[in-house]
Amino acid sequence: MAKIKFYAERCKGCGLCVLVCPHGNIRMSTELNETGHPYAVLVDPARCTHCALCGRMCPDMAIEIDDPKTSKKDKSGKPRE
Amino acid sequence: MDFHRPETLKDAPTHYCPGCGHGIVHRLVAEVIDELGIRQRTIGTAPVGCAVLLYDYFNCDIIECAHGRPPAVATGIKRMLPDRILFTYQGDGDLAAIGTAETIHAANRGENITVIFVNNAIYGMTGGQMAPTTMIGQWSTTTPDGRGQYAEGGPIKVCEMLSALDGVCYLERVSVSSPKDVMNARKAIKKAFENQIAEKGFSLVEVLSMCPTDWKLPPEKAMDFVNEKMKKVFPLGVYKDRSGGRHE
Repeated sequence: MAKIKFYAERCKGCGLCVLVCPHGNIRMSTELNETGHPYAVLVDPARCTHCALCGRMCPDMAIEIDDPKTSKKDKSGKPRE
Repeated sequence: MDFHRPETLKDAPTHYCPGCGHGIVHRLVAEVIDELGIRQRTIGTAPVGCAVLLYDYFNCDIIECAHGRPPAVATGIKRMLPDRILFTYQGDGDLAAIGTAETIHAANRGENITVIFVNNAIYGMTGGQMAPTTMIGQWSTTTPDGRGQYAEGGPIKVCEMLSALDGVCYLERVSVSSPKDVMNARKAIKKAFENQIAEKGFSLVEVLSMCPTDWKLPPEKAMDFVNEKMKKVFPLGVYKDRSGGRHE
């Protein structure tokens, strides 16, 4: 099962991910992170299709997706042939 | 789909403002370097401007050049070490203002290097002064009434200007203001690197990018500014392609 991760400490709160999410499934937090920015959070993990549009638009690499199906690495972290 | 930080990008927070396009372009360049497997033999030449701290972010060799001189430095390295992959990463003030001569002559000689040109139509690092690519009517701190055709002249269109030179192999203008544009930008950057690997000559990719801070716009309005205003003045597309077909 694919899993999406938001790194709150890297987020600068620009909100580009909120704009491009095709399901409107990302919102900005009401709290601030340690650098003083609001950060992106997933509204409903079940509705996320792991399309990675948010990650592609994120200027700060604050979003990563683990997907064992399309991963180029196997479980031990070695590159797949 | 699986989506991770490319190996060529260090795990370090960037100093760029929220909503700045530099972070996206950094990631695209790093992804392409990873995909082509050339990280160990890639040397980047960094500009003066917002991207001056490139060496803090890229996990490959980076040389910081005098203002505007990355194409000249890249020329020297490439001629001495032809097996290395050289890319320059420059902004509009670096490439089209102080570095105009270096850019034009490196292009005219057909140096086998890849130039990534980030165009945000303003001087970002110094606080929003008029750049050569600032558009007619656009506000900046040095053109408070908007840039005028008579007083300041029109914006320099780098791709159109360089397309007249015989030495140039590949010129494309792309943007990072929507997910579709980001994917197209990645293809263009990949092709520019492939041209160099195949020794086809000078490749330049101009990337229209956002500068919310100096445009005094929130990030979402800055994306609209690129899509609605910049793309009209700087139309996207391939301006020259002597590489012979699109290689995927």
